[in-house]
Amino acid sequence: MSTPIIEIRNLSKNYGGKPVLKDISLKVWEGDTIVIIGPSGTGKSTLLRCLNLLTRPDSGSICLDGEEITKPDSDADEVRRHIGMVFQDFLLFNHLTALGNVTIGLTKVLGMPPADAEAKALKELERVGLGDHIDKYPGQLSGGQKQRVAIARSLAMDPRVMLFDEPTSALDPELIGEVLEVIRMLSEEGMTMILVTHEMGFAREVADRIVFIDQGLVVEEAPPDDMFYRPRTERTREFLWKLTELYGHRSKDEAGTAP
Amino acid sequence: MTVLDLIISYWPQFLAGTEITIKLTLAGLGAGSILGILAALGRVYGSSWIRRVAIGYIELFRGTPMLVQLFAIYFGLPDFGLTLSRMTAAYLVLALNSGAYQAEYFRGAIQAIAGGQMMAARSIGMSRWQAIRYIILPQALRIVIPAWSNEPITLMKSSAVVFLIAVPDLMTQSKIVASRTYQPIASYLVAAVIYMALAFGMTSTLGVIEKKYKIPVLEIESHRG
Amino acid sequence: MDRNLGSNTTGRGLSPLPEPISWFLMDVFLQSLKYILLGTGITVSVTLIALPFGFILGLVLALMRVYGGRILTNLAATYGTLMRAVPPVVLLFLIYFIIAGSINISPFFAGSLALGIISSAYQLEIFRGALQAIGSGQMMAARSIGMKRGQAIQYIILPQALRVVIPSWSNEAATVVKDSSLVYAIGVAEILRRAQFISARTYQPFLAFSIAALIYFGLTFLTNRLLDSLEERVRIPGADMN
Repeated sequence: MSTPIIEIRNLSKNYGGKPVLKDISLKVWEGDTIVIIGPSGTGKSTLLRCLNLLTRPDSGSICLDGEEITKPDSDADEVRRHIGMVFQDFLLFNHLTALGNVTIGLTKVLGMPPADAEAKALKELERVGLGDHIDKYPGQLSGGQKQRVAIARSLAMDPRVMLFDEPTSALDPELIGEVLEVIRMLSEEGMTMILVTHEMGFAREVADRIVFIDQGLVVEEAPPDDMFYRPRTERTREFLWKLTELYGHRSKDEAGTAP
Repeated sequence: MTVLDLIISYWPQFLAGTEITIKLTLAGLGAGSILGILAALGRVYGSSWIRRVAIGYIELFRGTPMLVQLFAIYFGLPDFGLTLSRMTAAYLVLALNSGAYQAEYFRGAIQAIAGGQMMAARSIGMSRWQAIRYIILPQALRIVIPAWSNEPITLMKSSAVVFLIAVPDLMTQSKIVASRTYQPIASYLVAAVIYMALAFGMTSTLGVIEKKYKIPVLEIESHRG
Repeated sequence: MDRNLGSNTTGRGLSPLPEPISWFLMDVFLQSLKYILLGTGITVSVTLIALPFGFILGLVLALMRVYGGRILTNLAATYGTLMRAVPPVVLLFLIYFIIAGSINISPFFAGSLALGIISSAYQLEIFRGALQAIGSGQMMAARSIGMKRGQAIQYIILPQALRVVIPSWSNEAATVVKDSSLVYAIGVAEILRRAQFISARTYQPFLAFSIAALIYFGLTFLTNRLLDSLEERVRIPGADMN
């Protein structure tokens, strides 16, 4: 087996004395689409933030392409050029246009000449379907459009891995689809990604593996069909049962059940 | 003469001045509150005539330096046959000035409450005045406290300018000590420290009051000035 | 300066109510107005020195306060708290005597600098609020594309914070205009001192100080208007901003 692109070993993180991540280990290979599911507040977001060093873990290690990035002297800014992150509340730069949001990383962080940066930014924005909105400001865009700009912003940096922290949780239902489409497209193009989401149907379609995290620990890790139809632990079964109760059985019917 | 000697020799003067400063501040605050509430009510609920008067008062006293107001009233009113003592003039100007700023705090608080609460009050048959008195004002007076809590200290600081009409407050006394000892820096430093202590005392007191009168759940952010 | 005044001493302070209308026709009013108006230049100059000085100092302190380590944060916080607990007049005198004791500059400059230092403490608070309002989400997003902290502050946080801050800053600017009247106490010949002079020469104190008040009112009004239009011009389309 080749080197995993990301390897997490025994990661733990406490917040104010309370353990949020207890002992997380995970391997991600290039091109994988990993979906992380689990009850709210169990550290899924924290895990993502540790991956791009927005938060420093308390113990354990993370390796990117074999290099340990959790070393005390590692350059976090450098690491973050190679790991892209998309946030639940978009966090677009409000004072810049869509184009500006994408070019600023290219010009200021990567030092690209403005003309090249603009060309690349245009390409990425067209890739996410926003070629006609490049001069709009975040305040003038819908939620789905904002999130797609956020994705383009991260993509423009040509990251090795993309992290998505509940990318559609803050969106109105009718806008969720356009964002999921983009994420699906990226997955099919072979982007390595780790996605935290509640969209179970989407997870089933897109994921190579699903990781169920509860109480700061990896409870189960399996390909989607195994996870959903042949869960191995009781806890997984309980969690999934609660979800199907809420969303209705997807396999059963088309008409009339919950979204 | 060191700073310490200065304090030892002249503490009665500083004390006397501090007393006047505190009196001015408290009186100005009290009178200013009444003026402020009235002006705010006038501005929000008054007829167009009352509203114009209220706005005129507020804009005039917020848009001009307090020192100018002080001179205009103390030196200028005698032109109309109204001669005030320096203390009275000081009290008056402080009250008028503070009232204008307080009016804006109260207005913010009232408007934050106003719409919904007024609707609810009228719908159980209250008159406008009853609604203001029993529903709007009690709530407004509570949520105004965070923004209003700047006012006592601000007023105390403004009060220092009355030394220019020879009111014997802390600033005046400092000036006297400075001229007697030829130590302006030391004298004003002592004054500064006393003002700081007074400010600290006020902040602590206000903190206690704010905790005591907080309405649980009523966490509406009131306007800041 | 006192060529046309002095001899027209109509209406002494002891007489009953002078008719307001006759003021406007009186020579005295126009001459007084002209004389006091000339002080406006000084007042404006004092403000134009104090405000930018306070801006730079205040902004630096605010950055220290929000983004500095423990030492810088506490230093800035203490500066802000202490300076804002003391009356501006007292600080003015203190700073004036300290500066005048060390170097040989005019009361005008000493006073303007002192006002700038005083204002910096208030501007520190204003900028702190703005930086924190824009703060952590935007910083996180900027870091997540690999920006260094300094870059994030310069290209992402500050452009937004400086827009958000304009209404509060407008208040502070008006306050500095009004506080400039305090340099009267250290002998600078600005509006108020001129009004005092007129009041003494014409025995019409109310007239003199009313004119002064009106001029100040005009200045604060203009300041607010100017900053309102600045706010409009730099407004980001579509932004409701927090």
